[in-house]
Amino acid sequence: MSEPVPSKRPGIAVWLPLGLFAAFLVLVVVGLYWPADREVSSAFIGKPLPAFDLPPASEDRPGLATTVFKQDGKPRLLNVFASWCFPCKVEAPQLAALAQQGVEIDGVAIRDRKEDVAGFLKQYGNPFKRIGKDDLSQVQLAIGSSGVPETFVIDGKGIIRYQHIGDIRQEDIPLILRKLAEAGQ
Amino acid sequence: MRGLLLALLALFALSAPLAAQDMLPPAPYAYKQLADPKQEAKAQALMETLRCLKCQSQSIADSDAPMAGDMRHQVRTRIAAGEDPEAIRQWLIERYGDYVSYTPQVKPITWPLFAAPLLFLALAAFLLRGRFRRRKGA
Repeated sequence: MSEPVPSKRPGIAVWLPLGLFAAFLVLVVVGLYWPADREVSSAFIGKPLPAFDLPPASEDRPGLATTVFKQDGKPRLLNVFASWCFPCKVEAPQLAALAQQGVEIDGVAIRDRKEDVAGFLKQYGNPFKRIGKDDLSQVQLAIGSSGVPETFVIDGKGIIRYQHIGDIRQEDIPLILRKLAEAGQ
Repeated sequence: MRGLLLALLALFALSAPLAAQDMLPPAPYAYKQLADPKQEAKAQALMETLRCLKCQSQSIADSDAPMAGDMRHQVRTRIAAGEDPEAIRQWLIERYGDYVSYTPQVKPITWPLFAAPLLFLALAAFLLRGRFRRRKGA
């Protein structure tokens, strides 16, 4: 019955809990200071726009149907917005600038009243060719958009080519124009 | 002191809420259950496992965000039309990715999730076997 006496010297294993704790701290700090991206991008890019036909959201613009995106082979922007959405007001000048450069922009107004849309367009300008009224967020869900504003580049065959999440800032315009040009090739 | 309080009150009164909220009533089936309890149970089970995209740590069954209401409306009307709940889940995953579903799908990247419990059980069995054998020998 002579069992070997266990070594009294602490091995490397004694540092393991402290090491694990330090690793945990690092994880917490990383999570705090560089939080994960909370944007949900559409998985529908590269796929054809689902069929829809929305009634007009404005008195002086027609509604919006999928057929529009295939009619002349030209790429367009599909802007998902709402009069109640604050960043949509912020991006209005950028949309106006894009429209002025000849970009065709069609809008989908999410959960909006006609009078509110009218007030919004009056105050912030109307860059849209057509505006569809999406009271149940059906088109929004069908294209994988998770908020307002979002802007999609749709090519001349009705394929979704690019998604911009959030308001378009001044510095985003070149990228949007490039994506439009790529979609037009 | 009183002046300061009044000034603070005035400040609060002046600050208009920035929260963006639409003026439309909720979608018809956002808060209304389906007439058929069986269908409603199916819809409820599905809604509890779908992520609200606005409030990302809540399910759409749990959230009062208008978009979650619209998603509930969509789930309920589709189930009422006879659609299979898993087909609706797939429809959403096609658009938002796996992120939208709280129920993990078996995929190459998720197999450890399903295999790990089995591995741990096997490990436990192996360790216990060693223990029992030692006790018998003692």
